[in-house]
Amino acid sequence: MIDGWAALGDPTRRTIFGQLAAAPSAVGELANTLPVSRPAVSQHLKILKTAGLVIDDRAGARRIYRVNQSGLRQMRAELDAFWNDTLTAYKRAVEQPDPTSNEHTNHVHHPPGENR
Amino acid sequence: MTQTTEPTTVNATIEVNAPRERAFEVFTRDFGAFKPPDHNLLAVPIAETVVETYVGGHIIDRGTDGSECRWARVLAYEPHARFVFSWDISPYWQVETNEDKTSEVEVTFTALAEDRTRVDIEHRHLDRHGDGWAGVRDGVSTGEGWPHYLNRYADLLTS
Repeated sequence: MIDGWAALGDPTRRTIFGQLAAAPSAVGELANTLPVSRPAVSQHLKILKTAGLVIDDRAGARRIYRVNQSGLRQMRAELDAFWNDTLTAYKRAVEQPDPTSNEHTNHVHHPPGENR
Repeated sequence: MTQTTEPTTVNATIEVNAPRERAFEVFTRDFGAFKPPDHNLLAVPIAETVVETYVGGHIIDRGTDGSECRWARVLAYEPHARFVFSWDISPYWQVETNEDKTSEVEVTFTALAEDRTRVDIEHRHLDRHGDGWAGVRDGVSTGEGWPHYLNRYADLLTS
């Protein structure tokens, strides 16, 4: 199961997603403006749809794709990955034997007169 | 999978081989050292990340050209148990100046043994960021609004 994060890792899919954010479109319209074939666009749309990033509506004989407006889901996917990345790197840092190795890039600023 | 309402919280947890005191100190003092470096709202690379360790302080990224980005407000600083800060970053990776539209990150530190600590992160009230999803176009189509670690993470998934 692909998530929004991974789905947008592909540059073509990011472009398609960006175009759909600008205006809902059918497969053919997208294929006309992109250097990829129509079946390739369909495949990308399928992945974006599976990831919950786009939804489609039938309009007569055509299928119109548009961005799924539930931005919350998207944001959750990003933050989920962000915190997992951060904690993985944190674990490496905290388990390092030398606790002062990062002092040159990080500073703690205490407020004047603070006394805890 | 059918879900009518999305959860508005993201949780993450990790256990580390370190005493609780050290776990807390490293998290708050060295945040810039392990935060993904591409998580950067500045136009230039980050020279340092400053965590002002008092309520009302900020987390500040300072760029190599001296520019600053204050992207979080410290809401609670309770050594060595709890650290809470606001997430003043919009879904489009820009600083959110409207506090009503910011979420909240709570980090808690639980001693499991003398040398082992569990760190729990709860990033909550994500719904407060509100809509404005239309702005996604700018971020996605330029490829710059999206953090680079998105690609990195995707690489990890496929490798």
